[in-house]
Amino acid sequence: MSWLETFRTGVYGVLSHRLRSFLTVLGILIGIAGVIIAVGLGEGASSQVTSEINALGSNVLTVTPGSSTSSTGIRGALGSASTLTTADASALSSHVDAPDVQAVAPITSDTEVLTAGSETATTSVQGTTPDWLSIRGRTLAEGRFIDNQDVKDHGAVAVLGATTASELFTRGDPVGQTVDVNGIPVTVVGVLTSTGASSASSTTTSDPDDVMIIPISTGAERIFGGTSRNSVSSIAVQARSSADLTGAYQEADHLLLELHGITNPTDADFTITSEQSLIAANTSVDHTLTILLGGIAAISLIVGGIGVMNIMLVSVTERIREIGLRKALGATPRVIRRQFLVEASVLGFIGGIVGVLGGLLGVAYLPGLIGDPISTSPTAAVGALAIALAIGVLFGVYPASRAAAMAPIDALRND
Amino acid sequence: MTLTPPSGTPSVGAPQPVIELERVTKVYRTGSISVAALRGVSLSIDQGEYVAVIGPSGSGKSTLMHILGCLDVPTSGRYHLAGEDVSHMSETALAEVRNRRIGFVFQQFNLLASMSAWQNVELPLSYAGVPRAERKERALEALGRVGLAGRVHHRPGELSGGQQQRVAVARALVTEPDLILADEPTGNLDSVSAADVLRLMGELHETGRTLLLITHDVEVASAAGRVIGIRDGLLTEDDHRFAESLR
Repeated sequence: MSWLETFRTGVYGVLSHRLRSFLTVLGILIGIAGVIIAVGLGEGASSQVTSEINALGSNVLTVTPGSSTSSTGIRGALGSASTLTTADASALSSHVDAPDVQAVAPITSDTEVLTAGSETATTSVQGTTPDWLSIRGRTLAEGRFIDNQDVKDHGAVAVLGATTASELFTRGDPVGQTVDVNGIPVTVVGVLTSTGASSASSTTTSDPDDVMIIPISTGAERIFGGTSRNSVSSIAVQARSSADLTGAYQEADHLLLELHGITNPTDADFTITSEQSLIAANTSVDHTLTILLGGIAAISLIVGGIGVMNIMLVSVTERIREIGLRKALGATPRVIRRQFLVEASVLGFIGGIVGVLGGLLGVAYLPGLIGDPISTSPTAAVGALAIALAIGVLFGVYPASRAAAMAPIDALRND
Repeated sequence: MTLTPPSGTPSVGAPQPVIELERVTKVYRTGSISVAALRGVSLSIDQGEYVAVIGPSGSGKSTLMHILGCLDVPTSGRYHLAGEDVSHMSETALAEVRNRRIGFVFQQFNLLASMSAWQNVELPLSYAGVPRAERKERALEALGRVGLAGRVHHRPGELSGGQQQRVAVARALVTEPDLILADEPTGNLDSVSAADVLRLMGELHETGRTLLLITHDVEVASAAGRVIGIRDGLLTEDDHRFAESLR
């Protein structure tokens, strides 16, 4: 009996028990669709985070003070000492000493209470220079950004984040209005475009839309307290391109060590982090998530496979007469084994196909319902189909062997 | 080697035995208990004979039928089917012998419910590896011979008991076997259908087929030309006059 013939017989077996076949297929179907959606969810989350971080600027390094290990071996806590100064920032902007660096923005920051009329808001106030806008990849919704003149003049001007602007000025145009910070009135000259990143899904700790940007000099001289007027909270360094990031890192590291008079790099009193290290960390988290979700779905797939085996065993018992008759008519044990194997594979294959379709439908329509992006993963789809088929074969072997080993007289005797 | 003529051609003059049993025994062992179902049966059936085996239940006739039908192998003794020793064959080899040499007709018809009449009839041909087109042609021809040419697309559920058994007879015929083995073929039929099936068997006998009919019913056995009695695992009577006496 040829394979084609056996295949036809197998399909006949599946079709002649429609309800039972359907229920078996359902087990596989759910497993496969689950794998595709789970893997898609994981990959979707991963790519969303990556694109969010990319929006922050993938070629940006952030220098923060701290991580100083003194010669006695006591490591200072991150950010504990303001070892970074505006002088460091100006040194990094030198095109001679740091050719791979395109722009530098020193940042001082503190949380302050803002007052505008009867409205108040507690917001992160950041003092910086005009380059901040391009380094952070931000744009203005209206008005203008702080300029070099503002920095030089210690100007009492500010640019608000979208969230802050809407909190303080529920009605009317914020530009031209006055906001009180620590009793100092500053004039709003512009509003930043919303990044669209909600604080819940944002990977950064603070909401990028809830900020107030002021000239760094204004912050140091007039608004923030503190002992050193030259110290900064961090320095944002933009490399010329992503490819120059490593060069920029080495130049910044070398330059700062020299400026701070540190000979042993392990004694550095500052830390340089790149957004790429953030991406890497997030990617590994999402990778774990994908494996976890995929693992759960895979377990449901195995349960589906056990369902196939169960049904095939029931089928063998129930069809003892048919098996006996086929044997009496000349079916060899091998032919019987193949017939049941093919039936199990057909069940697995149909479950796989419908499951992949269901999974792809889920990938297409679920994001609209749950609001999270889901990626289509061709690897997961093809892999899941192969797994479904393999499950059919694997879990069909035992029932098929039982059918093949059945003695024809025992099979026929069953009245 | 044997000098058997090609199967299916009844030789005139000295007919060759289709079945030759020599002191065949069958012992079933269930744990420590042994039950001898056949206790030394010798039997020879020639080509073209119509033989009935009659015996009460527990006589060993079912066991005899299983061994004759190559569904089981004897514990001892020898069985030649159309000159071929089938006493010690593997399950796979026996399946091929059954397919090639034997056509079965069962009491419960044993048709596959979701297949049409012609699909049921062509089933043994598909195991023989006959191409599809030829299979269908031969199946339709066999159904024509049992008078069901008009019902080839009906499923068993749409046919009467007598018609179903005729489909089963067509299935037994379609491979042109050396032996047609009918196990209580009228057991599930009303008297009209039973007579109908027996008439069909008689017609097959007239066309030169070798038939072996197993029954407990004297009336059914009397349709055969030769009747063999079986009791307690031994053949009791085997002659033509026994058949006559039953009439």
